[in-house]
Amino acid sequence: MSCGVLHCKRPDMRIAIIDESAARASIIREGLATLDDCELFVVTERRGLLARIGEIEPDIVLMDLGNPSRDVLEEYFAVSRALQRPIAMFVDESDDESIAASVEAGVSSYVVDGLAPGRIRPILDLAVRRFNAFSRLQQDLAEAKGKLAERETIDKAKRILMDSRGLPEPKAYAEMRKAAMNQGKRIADIAEAIVTAHNLMGGG
Amino acid sequence: MNTELTIGFLPLVDACLPILAHEHGFAEEEGVSLRLVKDMSWATVLDRLLYGHSDAAHLIAPLAIAATLGRGRPAQPLSVPFVLGLNGNAITLKPDLAAQVRPEGGMGSPTEVGAALKVIADERLAAGRPLRFGVVHRYSSHNYMLRYWLAACGIRPDKDVDISTVPPPFCADALRRGEVDGMCVGEPWNSVAVQQGAGEIVLSTAQIWRRGVEKVLAMRQAALEEKRDTVERLIRALCNAGAHFVDPENWDRNAEILARPEYLDGSAELIRRAISDQLLIARDGPVVHYPDFMFQHREAANFPWVSQAEWLYTQMVRWDGTPFDADECRQAAGVFRPDVYRSALLGTGAPLPGASSKVEGSLDAPTVVGTQQGSMMLEKNVFFDGMVFDPHDIQGYISRLP
Repeated sequence: MSCGVLHCKRPDMRIAIIDESAARASIIREGLATLDDCELFVVTERRGLLARIGEIEPDIVLMDLGNPSRDVLEEYFAVSRALQRPIAMFVDESDDESIAASVEAGVSSYVVDGLAPGRIRPILDLAVRRFNAFSRLQQDLAEAKGKLAERETIDKAKRILMDSRGLPEPKAYAEMRKAAMNQGKRIADIAEAIVTAHNLMGGG
Repeated sequence: MNTELTIGFLPLVDACLPILAHEHGFAEEEGVSLRLVKDMSWATVLDRLLYGHSDAAHLIAPLAIAATLGRGRPAQPLSVPFVLGLNGNAITLKPDLAAQVRPEGGMGSPTEVGAALKVIADERLAAGRPLRFGVVHRYSSHNYMLRYWLAACGIRPDKDVDISTVPPPFCADALRRGEVDGMCVGEPWNSVAVQQGAGEIVLSTAQIWRRGVEKVLAMRQAALEEKRDTVERLIRALCNAGAHFVDPENWDRNAEILARPEYLDGSAELIRRAISDQLLIARDGPVVHYPDFMFQHREAANFPWVSQAEWLYTQMVRWDGTPFDADECRQAAGVFRPDVYRSALLGTGAPLPGASSKVEGSLDAPTVVGTQQGSMMLEKNVFFDGMVFDPHDIQGYISRLP
């Protein structure tokens, strides 16, 4: 069904998400999927990137700032005649703040010339939020991993105390807690010290 | 209390001076604490600079001028108070191609290699499969050096051969997969391609222009004015880092530092080779010593000659296909700031040239030049084709280019 030159309905916005991290790309995709007038394309493969972009003919391209292919993409946008409409970098000089937010979040965006800012803004804002959400998730994950490692160290230290001093488990834990409180340290730090000392003394 | 400066960089050997200024405490000695931010594309290094995430950046020189002139994005005036180094790039071709254009056991001369390459370029064009080259960025000295050489050898860029952007870390892969036939890139990426057997080095860019400007320290013009005192301290620190970098005593240690994961995350062996001007040109071939392959310190190498900025502008006009514009040329020239360099190093032992501009490519023998401070002998600075760039006749120069 073709509407000819005049659009009888607002056409879907074609958004390409280029990200070598498939996990992050899917989080961004999931966020943007809530917009009902957008068609989303995720590109995680570096090889054949430009050909793929040529096929997609995106109105908006979102790309992570850490992607080494940004220079390739920018050159393509600057010199290529392959796309029907030229894609310009999204640098709205009047709006440094939102661009700064983009850079902060780690996402760069490119839009076709002539798209109404009112249509672009919500998409970019959402992308920035999803990028930030991903960073938080990663941070949480790193913290969770750290907590897990601490848990293991505490268990190890407990076992050392139980074996060497013949203490029952709750007592071993209470001893460590007492030491931590007395020295103003965390239990994990005390446990770490016990394990290290034990290893130095030839145990472990 | 030290002033903090954030400097963006790409993991390349010629990011060495800011890294070493930080690691060896030269910056701290000057009361400046450096925070180094590694990125993976020039676009991101530039974005961080323009939006205030970094105070200064390790940048390809032409990009500093392109950003100022608003090519590719809205104009944002940048300033270059210090050149981070000259040359240090090479042209690497697929092994079968290299074997056809390069004399055995060495790198050959740009004229000979170019003549042999022209025959192949013509054949490939006639067969409908033009040779393809990769460069690291449209606005890079790599692009301009490669194009200068090809054009002077009768191979017309964009007409006889294709040239496109390939990020340095992907160069070896692109050669191996046949996506490009050759590339012009900085170290360690030529050596990585050689080590993998994906390519062989046929020329160093120092053979094309003996003293070609490469990476610069770029800042937003406004930021340079705001932080003028700190910038001058940084310049002194970078100068000291340069002296440390070129001293053979320090090569092992510096190579190890640069190889660390937070910097180049690469092989200390390959990095050491580059900083000592040694190049393994083919996987089973000889290591060739090419003096001044990288040039970071001697002869006031870090001095931002206005004539160098103007030369870069002539190449921008040439390859962007835009007309010469006197206003643009003045803006481009104004990006390089010898005044800041001078004021930073006045009273130190560093030689300060008396002039801010020179005729580029005119010296074919060591020449003593006038200085404001210290003494200085400039060695050969020729272009391989013997052309001379006189900043008093920029338009004439452009009209004489092939």
